[in-house]
Amino acid sequence: MIPLEGQVRIPSGCAVSAMISRDGRRMNGEQIIQSMVPMHDRSNGLGGGFAAYGIYPEYKDFYALHIFFNDKSCQNECMTLLKEYFEIVQDEHIKVRKIPQITDEPIIRRVFVSPMQSVLRHLQIDEKELVVRTVNRINAQLDGSYVFSCGKNMGAFKAVGFPEDVGRYYRLEEYEAYCWTAHGRYPTNTPGWWGGAHPFCMLDYSIVHNGEISSYDANRRFIEMYGYKCTLQTDTEVITYIADYLLRRQGLTLEETAAVIAAPFWSTIDAKPEAEKQMYTYLRNVFPSLLVTGPFSIILGFEGGLMALNDRLKLRSMVIGEQDDMVYIASEEAAIRVMAPDIRNIWSPAGGEPVIVRVKEGAF
Amino acid sequence: MNFYPEFEVVRNDSRCIRCRVCERQCANEVHWYDADGKVMLSDESKCVNCQRCVTLCPTRALKIVKSDCRLRENANYSDQTIKEIYRQAETGGVLLSSMGNPNPLPVYWDKILINASQVTNPPIDPLREPMETRVFLGKKPEHITRNADGTLNTQLAPQLTLSMPVMFSAMSYGSISYNAHASLARAASALGICYNTGEGGLHEDFYKYGKNTIVQVASGRFGVHKDYLEAGAAIEIKMGQGAKPGIGGHLPGTKAVGDVAKTRMIPEGSDAISPAPHHDIYSIEDLRQLVYSLKEATEYRLPVIVKVAAVHNIAAIASGIARSGADIIAIDGFRGGTGAAPTRIRDNDGIPIEPALAAVDKRLRDEGIRNNVSIVCGGSVRSASDVVKAIALGADACYIATAACLAMGCHLCRSCHTGKCNWGIATQRPDLVKRLNPDIGSQRLINLMDAWRHEIKELMGGMGINSIEALRGNRLMLRGVGLTEKELEILGIAHAGE
Amino acid sequence: MKRIYVKEEWCLGCRLCEYNCAFANSGMTDMVKALRGKEIHPRIQVETDADGITYAVSCRHCTDPICVKSCIAGAISKKDGVIEIDHSKCVGCLTCVLVCPYGCVVEDEGGAAQKCELCMKNTCGAPACVKGCPNGAIVYEERGEAE
Repeated sequence: MIPLEGQVRIPSGCAVSAMISRDGRRMNGEQIIQSMVPMHDRSNGLGGGFAAYGIYPEYKDFYALHIFFNDKSCQNECMTLLKEYFEIVQDEHIKVRKIPQITDEPIIRRVFVSPMQSVLRHLQIDEKELVVRTVNRINAQLDGSYVFSCGKNMGAFKAVGFPEDVGRYYRLEEYEAYCWTAHGRYPTNTPGWWGGAHPFCMLDYSIVHNGEISSYDANRRFIEMYGYKCTLQTDTEVITYIADYLLRRQGLTLEETAAVIAAPFWSTIDAKPEAEKQMYTYLRNVFPSLLVTGPFSIILGFEGGLMALNDRLKLRSMVIGEQDDMVYIASEEAAIRVMAPDIRNIWSPAGGEPVIVRVKEGAF
Repeated sequence: MNFYPEFEVVRNDSRCIRCRVCERQCANEVHWYDADGKVMLSDESKCVNCQRCVTLCPTRALKIVKSDCRLRENANYSDQTIKEIYRQAETGGVLLSSMGNPNPLPVYWDKILINASQVTNPPIDPLREPMETRVFLGKKPEHITRNADGTLNTQLAPQLTLSMPVMFSAMSYGSISYNAHASLARAASALGICYNTGEGGLHEDFYKYGKNTIVQVASGRFGVHKDYLEAGAAIEIKMGQGAKPGIGGHLPGTKAVGDVAKTRMIPEGSDAISPAPHHDIYSIEDLRQLVYSLKEATEYRLPVIVKVAAVHNIAAIASGIARSGADIIAIDGFRGGTGAAPTRIRDNDGIPIEPALAAVDKRLRDEGIRNNVSIVCGGSVRSASDVVKAIALGADACYIATAACLAMGCHLCRSCHTGKCNWGIATQRPDLVKRLNPDIGSQRLINLMDAWRHEIKELMGGMGINSIEALRGNRLMLRGVGLTEKELEILGIAHAGE
Repeated sequence: MKRIYVKEEWCLGCRLCEYNCAFANSGMTDMVKALRGKEIHPRIQVETDADGITYAVSCRHCTDPICVKSCIAGAISKKDGVIEIDHSKCVGCLTCVLVCPYGCVVEDEGGAAQKCELCMKNTCGAPACVKGCPNGAIVYEERGEAE
């Protein structure tokens, strides 16, 4: 039997795409689905997925858990656990469109939850930490249950299949988001598992990633010291945890985080003015184990924006397009041309150069 | 009891030109010229097979071979075992040996293989792309802090910066010569790495290499004073040595001559005996006090290294050290070298560095304190690939001494304790010390490290890694061959094919 | 001009330089054939002083060479800074051996004068004593003009 994610390390090649409105305009999922079509050959049908921000305005104060269950008993077990720590605000099926391309689906639920204050007081942790711990516990310990999205006012949608089919399956044209990211997967040694598709999410962070990082085990073994469990053994998972650790737990800025993950070369750092040199040296010195090497292009989504980042040698393609309030990011220019046919401003960021896009304050 | 000598001098008389270089260069006085017969003669019983004569013979007329005159074969009582019994029966003494354990115990480095990229991600060519080997050793903060203006507060606990993850480990002035120290100091300085004084103090001529010097404080406290502590880039507390865990050191009075005695701050000609324990450290809390005493004495400017021998309980010991205020832990495996050690201890005490390193790295990670300390491993790191494997197992840097001695000319004859090193390294005899010209010695050390750095870069590039920190603890890059389930589990690596 | 200099600090007294010199100027390709069973007449010689300090001595190629002036046959000349002996002109009076203040002109096996010519006339290419010194005690380098 071919091992699944979590039983073996699974590298994969991929296609990524994203669109975001700096004005916070909400757009349905039609365009992002279409953007994946010309990049069909970058996936192999073993995983596709999307993340959407701003899709649950009426539930924006609650954590939206998207969960796969193998069967009813798994669901019961998981819900029992959730109820120990959270108020269940809403528990519903995620609506799907049955199509021949997508089969063998698990039970797919959406549960809006609110952490119980008594639990937070008892454990002396903040609510985000409770969500992280609970999700990690479910994913690591409850066989047959897998939480694949747990942020506020955002959600991931993923399945085994080609991304454009996955988009149709989840009826993404019915959701409206100010920011969409998408992923088509080309794993090299998995039979395909729904949970293993991307994006990979933690709270409101979502990562779509194309590449195979060579620093994986160095990154994993470091991040696991801080309570994260890399159960899937995929690059995307560990990069998400790194982002969560640096941004949320260490309080680094996006730029500083990029300078850790795709640190400038020493030759570049040593040539910088003293203050900057000190800052970059400090970051590389303090977080050496979070440097990510090997090819990657990632899009990190978060509440109110996204960051695109290439490895420091730019071993993976990634292009950026800008038009009016819109910013498009994709593995290939062809994908951007689908979303914005008349676009003029297309460029390619340098290796290790973060492209950070933020939605206007108050518009999300 | 008289034995047939262990080695035979084979002289090809048809090639010998009677230049007598062998005679002049042998401190053991094996060779001499017989004017009557116009022939070179030799007393092989004195030969230690250091190869000095072989190397310098201009016509290649000489070779030293292992004698085939053996006692009756016995798989249980080997020739050596029997002869050691004879020697002890004769002298009643403890057997002494030098350099590392030569016995055929497992070398795990040789059973670990390194990964390379194929198809799914690209190997990186170090000739075309930057490939970084800079390393910082020292404690990292748990949380970042910011200044009032929001910028990062970049103040850190003291760090040791190395251009590559290799340092020359402790060899005292006394156990090795002035010229050997000069070679190490100059090479470390040129390379941007560090050498280590060992427990013999720091000769006044070498204070100028302070930025690249680790000053050692060991149980005898020889040569330790305020200026000495402040002279280095880091201070190392030596608790133990891989070659002789659990015992101290002994520099015979014959070696404590002139500057050696002065540098150690002991009377000339007196034996310098380092006790087995530090007599102010009988427990971990005592270690903490010494760590902080040294930090206090140097105003917290220097990182403190605690060096221990790899022994059975090394993971727990390292965990204790990581919580003692030490910035760096140095672990010395049982194959590590020595200038002199009781044979039984050298050959039977301690454990190999590979499982020790793996266990320590894992334990510190399990306890979430790996960032409190850096790990330096030594005890037979022989090549660039050993370095790469050590880093991937979890070390921040490696200590090398035997390899450094080899670069300076050592031929591993394992006779350091005789004080008659024909290569000018482990000796204080002025005529022999002279044989190591530091211009040559330091250049050869620099060459060796340059070569290793190139090889480390090639190996990293093959793995698709372009900076050494992404290799550290990256055990997925390693696979075992011919190892048991248990060995693999301890090393934390998968078997080849998995 | 590049000259041979010795560093007595590093001289081990092994005398390899003498043998390398003799071999280099033997015109032969095999050291054993060139030197075995023969008394050597090297142009560099290791001296030992009263304190046991050893050092190799060879021609300094003086700026104002007294050997050149003393030669009754006009066999010694200075060309491009290198003092050479024309063996076809040498009459074997050995005045040069007497006058050299450094003892660097010596008698060869045939009774004529010989001295270090920096291995420029043999096939060695560079001074053989320098190349063969195991401890860097003989160097061939530019140090500015000597006296």
